[in-house]
Amino acid sequence: MSYLTKSPWVIHYDGSSCNGCDIEVLACLTPMYDLERFGIVNTGNPKHADILLVTGSINEQNRDVVKQIYEQMPDPKVVVAIGICANSGGVFKKCYNILGGTDKAIPVDIYVPGCAARPEAIIDGVVKALGILEEKSKALQDKGRKDQ
Amino acid sequence: MYSIFFLLLFPALIAVLLLLVKNDKIRGAIVIPGAIAIMAVSVYVAVEFLKGGTTYFDFESEMLNWLMLAIEIILCAIVVYLGIKHKKYLASILSLAQAVFLVWFEFTHAHEIDVSNNLYIDQFSIIMILIIGVIGSVICIYSLGYMRDFQEHHAGEKDRRPWFFFLMFIFLSAMFGIVTSNNLMWMFFFWEVTTLCSFALIGFTKTEEAVNNSFRQIIMNLVGGIAFILAIIVLGTQYGVMEFDALLELDSGAMYVMLAVGLLSIAGIAKAALMPFHSWLLGAMVAPTPTSALLHSSTMVKAGVFLILRLSPMYGDNTVGYMVMCIGGLTFLLASMAAISQSNAKRVLAYSTIANLGLIAACGAVGTYEALWAGIMILIFHAVTKSMLFLCVGTAEHHIGSRDIEDMDGLFSRMPKLSALMIIGIAGMFLAPFGMLISKWAAMISFVNSENLVLIACICFGSAVTIFYWGKWLGKMVAVVANSKDVEETVHKEEWSVLGLLAVLVVAVCFSFPLISSEVLSPYLLSVFGQPVDPIFATFGIAYVSVLLGMLALLVVVPIPFFNKTKKKVKENYMCGVNNGDNLSYSGSMGTSVNVSMRNWYMEEWFGENRINKIGLVITIAIIVVAFALIIGGVTS
Amino acid sequence: MNTLYLVLMIGYLVLAPIFGCILAGLDRKVSARMQRRVGPPVIQPYYDVRKLMGKDQVTVNKVQDFYVLCFLLFVVITGCIFFAGGDLLLVVFTLTLANIFLVLAAYSSNSPYSQVGAERELYQMMAYEPMVLLTMIGFYLACGSFNVSDILNGDKMPFVTMIGIFVGFLFILTIKFRKSPFDLSMSHHAHQDIVKGVTTEFSGRTLAYVEIAHWYENIMLLGIVFLFFCNGTWWGYAIGIVIAVVSFFLETFVDNSFARMKWQMALKSSWVVAILLGLINVALLIWVF
Repeated sequence: MSYLTKSPWVIHYDGSSCNGCDIEVLACLTPMYDLERFGIVNTGNPKHADILLVTGSINEQNRDVVKQIYEQMPDPKVVVAIGICANSGGVFKKCYNILGGTDKAIPVDIYVPGCAARPEAIIDGVVKALGILEEKSKALQDKGRKDQ
Repeated sequence: MYSIFFLLLFPALIAVLLLLVKNDKIRGAIVIPGAIAIMAVSVYVAVEFLKGGTTYFDFESEMLNWLMLAIEIILCAIVVYLGIKHKKYLASILSLAQAVFLVWFEFTHAHEIDVSNNLYIDQFSIIMILIIGVIGSVICIYSLGYMRDFQEHHAGEKDRRPWFFFLMFIFLSAMFGIVTSNNLMWMFFFWEVTTLCSFALIGFTKTEEAVNNSFRQIIMNLVGGIAFILAIIVLGTQYGVMEFDALLELDSGAMYVMLAVGLLSIAGIAKAALMPFHSWLLGAMVAPTPTSALLHSSTMVKAGVFLILRLSPMYGDNTVGYMVMCIGGLTFLLASMAAISQSNAKRVLAYSTIANLGLIAACGAVGTYEALWAGIMILIFHAVTKSMLFLCVGTAEHHIGSRDIEDMDGLFSRMPKLSALMIIGIAGMFLAPFGMLISKWAAMISFVNSENLVLIACICFGSAVTIFYWGKWLGKMVAVVANSKDVEETVHKEEWSVLGLLAVLVVAVCFSFPLISSEVLSPYLLSVFGQPVDPIFATFGIAYVSVLLGMLALLVVVPIPFFNKTKKKVKENYMCGVNNGDNLSYSGSMGTSVNVSMRNWYMEEWFGENRINKIGLVITIAIIVVAFALIIGGVTS
Repeated sequence: MNTLYLVLMIGYLVLAPIFGCILAGLDRKVSARMQRRVGPPVIQPYYDVRKLMGKDQVTVNKVQDFYVLCFLLFVVITGCIFFAGGDLLLVVFTLTLANIFLVLAAYSSNSPYSQVGAERELYQMMAYEPMVLLTMIGFYLACGSFNVSDILNGDKMPFVTMIGIFVGFLFILTIKFRKSPFDLSMSHHAHQDIVKGVTTEFSGRTLAYVEIAHWYENIMLLGIVFLFFCNGTWWGYAIGIVIAVVSFFLETFVDNSFARMKWQMALKSSWVVAILLGLINVALLIWVF
């Protein structure tokens, strides 16, 4: 395992959601679940983050914001869409302003379903994301070697 | 000896010549060679007299004394006239009082006192001559380009540049006079000439503000001048002494000696713009920038601290010593605090000057060789660095159209070379490997050794405050702002050469200060205090100096591989994901684009100018009153 | 400089990041335990830094790296001067220089969050600097020298006559360690506060350098705490080390038991402490002891 998976820092973005999933994301940090024991830290800053957690669906207004936050994260990085709204738009899907799930704006690596997603599911999703992060990191290193 | 006369008379001669020249090209042809000649002769004087220790010049001329008196009376008459014309009667009254004292003393006592050595030169004078000669003259050269711009900005007004250059050069002459006069009457003459010159320079633009500020300057300095003449009267009538070296021989415990030294200190404090007299220096900001540079760095205020440092052996554990120590220390602390609340670059520089002068005065008043070492070192570093900073601000002002620090956002991108110089200057004022900090360090050691709690407190808190106000200015400058236009092309050639020379001087003084210390200061301190100077101070600890110089070298070397190139990907700033991509604006609500604007922190409610000034005035005036009450009451130590 | 100090200096260069890292890890562990959490492994800060080193290199402008590198460099130099038995005032001044570089790095990005952090960092420097200088002056008055080497071998324990200064120094250590209630410019634990203050625009390797610089800096600061208890005997040194470690965890304790205070409090309280504890203790050192 690389160091990347031992210290994944997370940034959490809330799209147009009902805040249910957001509460569950924060619940992961509580003593009950204590995400920090895996070295996971909830940063507020894309420049420090490795994992982007998105809750809620994507609409016209926040599409560019999500894109920009994603772009500002240094590689390697993964995106985890949490809750059904972030997966596909959920119950809001047909609203006039909603575009759909997170993948309408940026590439998503892990989908965590649920309404709201349970903390266990979120943790599971993040841990799965670590595997992808690891692969991406290897790919990046190979690319770096090739460039040299 | 003739080289000294050259320094005294040549600038005056150039000045008269410049008064007659109206053509800009011819003026340049006179100013540049003239300034270079002054510089060269200053260096020559330094080389000639450095090894000789203190040299006195036995030169007497009865006629010269009468001539000086005549000029002084004419100057007084002018001030009286101008005071009445502008309804500033206080200036007229003070000037008249001064003339009365002077004439009375001249006709009753002065001629009974035999003065054999009118002029002298020692290592300290040499340092001052170099500062005046080199920095003063380069400022004159810089003024050429600056005043050309100034005239363009004030098109339609009468071209009064001949008058301006006349004053600048007379100023240099008078300053050379102050630092080489042994005869107190001569010193007083030159002292008054500098007061009058700066009066005219501050009022140069003739706006209402300029006139008011120039009168504030002259009133405060006339108070100092009256104190000076009173000191001469006390010394002349009580001891028959009119020579500086004889004054230093007197018993510092005696009441009249203390009174005279106290009065001279007041003169020095007024001229050096320490609290409670500091407001005139702030008012002097209305003048064209080279004037401020000249007043702040090499002349005028330096004459004030020069006098105080000269009197250093008379201070120490006595009433006058404590008075100057407390005023100096408090001025350092309070002026530094007031600098926080200022956004006008020139005012920040002015407060910083006042603060540093306070520190120098406090060093002089401690009365030990360590403190005097620190004081003179601060004086040197301050002169070099501050002149550069003022000229940089002046140039920046002409190109960005503002002297406000808030408008210097990302100056680094707009005027890279100029800001590099400014950064060197600002860093030189308070950061570690640079000279100013070394002298502050020495000052701190000497304050601790003098066991004066007020001074310890002032320097600890003052240094902390200093970091804040310089740091935030530095930060504004280094900010990299996208899409800024380089506006540097239009800077005059004279300005570049002068700024470059000063930058070289700043660095050179930093690297050569151990040499200055061992070759110039140590012999001087030995001759003043008569005790061998601690080798730590003679060279200020070889080990530390090498560490500091190593750091300085590091700062020069490290940037080279890194500066302005990076292999990294450059991405935009974080602005919550709504950066418009140019780092200059973000998309606000309803799809509007909002410009990003960042402002510095001024903490007006704590460090507001009015508040600090009030506190300063009350405390320092109280200190002066109490000190003089004690002296006159006979409590001298 | 004799061999002992050379060894100490090299020891500092090599060991400070290791101890600094472990202390930072313990700090997180203890904080977690205080909140009834398991907490990350003790060497978690090491993982973080290694990860940051491996990330893609991104910056906001071309000059920022230079300032951050200078910050690291001068923090290390500060520690080297200290552990080489050098002058305490020189240590303070070099540390100031280092901190100014951090501030400039933040300012240079011209980003709103960085600038808020940078100004607060400067403000904090203004708050703690008097007490730091008074501490050094206290050492000089108590031991007759500014040199660490002389204080280390002195026969009096400086702590005995410098209790006030010691308490004052602990007080400003809260600011220096970036702990609550005064973690205004950036906090080690509160990762989202004004994003992350000074470090907002740092990423990857640059952020790792800042972290390593903090390890070096913390060990040097604990070295100053240690210095209070040196009296030339082995038990003096033992007490010093124990108290230094205890004081670090005291700061952790304070961090977890206090909410952040308003920024006004940082300056007011540290200046009041500097005057009441620092200045009065210095006065006593001058006139009584």
